[in-house]
Amino acid sequence: MTDHATVIKLENASVRYRVQKERINTLKEYAINWMQGKIKTVDFWALRDVNLDIYRGETLGIIGRNGAGKSTMLKLISRVIKPTTGKVWVKGYVAPLLELGAGFHPELSGRENVYLNGAMLGFDHSQMHNKLESIIEFSGLRDFIDAPMRTYSSGMWARLGFAVATDSKPDILIVDEILSVGDEPFQLKCTERIKAFGAAGTTILIVSHSTALIESMCDRVVWIEHGLTRRIGNPSEVAADYRASSSS
Amino acid sequence: MSDTSRPIIYDSSYHRHPEFTEIKELFRYRFLVAQLARRDILTRYKRSVFGVAWTMINPLGMMLVMTIAFSQLFSSIEGYPVYIFSGLIVWSFFSQTTTAAMVNLVWGGSLLKRIYIPRTSFAISAVITGVINLIISLVPLVIIALITQYQLSLTFLLFPLPVLLIMAFSLGIGLLLSTMAIYFPDVAEMYQIIIMAWMYLTPIFYPESILPEPVYWLVTHLNPMYHILKLFRAIIYEGRLPYWSEIWPATLVSIVTLIIGWVIFSRKSDEFGYRI
Repeated sequence: MTDHATVIKLENASVRYRVQKERINTLKEYAINWMQGKIKTVDFWALRDVNLDIYRGETLGIIGRNGAGKSTMLKLISRVIKPTTGKVWVKGYVAPLLELGAGFHPELSGRENVYLNGAMLGFDHSQMHNKLESIIEFSGLRDFIDAPMRTYSSGMWARLGFAVATDSKPDILIVDEILSVGDEPFQLKCTERIKAFGAAGTTILIVSHSTALIESMCDRVVWIEHGLTRRIGNPSEVAADYRASSSS
Repeated sequence: MSDTSRPIIYDSSYHRHPEFTEIKELFRYRFLVAQLARRDILTRYKRSVFGVAWTMINPLGMMLVMTIAFSQLFSSIEGYPVYIFSGLIVWSFFSQTTTAAMVNLVWGGSLLKRIYIPRTSFAISAVITGVINLIISLVPLVIIALITQYQLSLTFLLFPLPVLLIMAFSLGIGLLLSTMAIYFPDVAEMYQIIIMAWMYLTPIFYPESILPEPVYWLVTHLNPMYHILKLFRAIIYEGRLPYWSEIWPATLVSIVTLIIGWVIFSRKSDEFGYRI
């Protein structure tokens, strides 16, 4: 499954958010307060000195309480933010499963949105042209593909979003708590596809609150708490530890 | 596709020159920029009755109103409709492109929280949409010239040159605005007021000769849009080649604005993921 070649490396990675004590929303207020020397910020370290090597082909679970820093770590890996200190490097293209359909525009048709979303994921015109057929097929939305997406139900949005994001086998796939969207047959289809990618060598990062899901799908699990990696290891052991600490 | 010597695609420590990385990434994501422009154009017209014709009707309507209102006042200007329309085309491009760059980036904020796309994509796609609208507006310009029997000369065909300058200038301003708008939503509203005042300080509806002395000096020396507008009017309205004294200020201000806007935006854009 994994040949232990590192594809993602976090080296002393820290992320510090500067939060204003009082939320100032307008330029006017900010300028006035700044001149009066009244801008006060508080440092919040979302991640602190995280060292983690993620290997090619492994399925890594990430668990932790809300606000622990899981999403922040994923943002570092998918290049949404840069670490405040430390370093992150990634070998391979990262496909995030966005809140499915985040990039879709309601006025455009499903077909047009497929092209737009594909472009956001980094594909070019001819690649999208080739993928269109299989995306429509997987989503099961052929009859609706040319209708504007504002006429779609939320389940249909999710289906199309998932189809676009997972049509090509990605090097690295990030699954951030979206598997709870859609009806059961669709969820099954999603899980199957993700497992198939895993078997074919994709490195998968899964964030979930469901320890059962994590245990069933992952090779390793990392537990994040207050911005630190509290434990990395075997899924059932780490999950048991985590469950124990939650109920204490 | 599996090889142990896979190159590092992304290394966060390599960020000494974000303004150049941005150019490289923008090129890699060029299909996205085209798609964003396409999205803007399609959604603008999908639900409207007149469709694409609306691009032409808007400035036309404005020109008609202004002509009816002011042509008596400015009867000294020959071919007043063409005079106004040539000014309106340039101004619409500037105001719409800069506003769109700002609005798109703020809209795209939620997207930027989840996936990496080059931050300048939004401003660039706004410029592309603007250019397409501008070129379409040249059609009614020619029609008006024909109807009012105003002679256009071959220098008209030089229009790509001032268009390139207004593109650079608008991109620079758009990037600067969007940087501020990400942090402060009221920038968008303040800008609407500024742009209106700016429009009146630019000789679109009136000849600059009517301005009183101090204002005249301010407008003709300190208003960057004045220089660009002058170039555009020289080749379209006056039907002559522009003088060097008209070319260099427009070129200088456009390029400098673009560079400043690009550099500031690229450096600040790393923070966007933190702020939104």
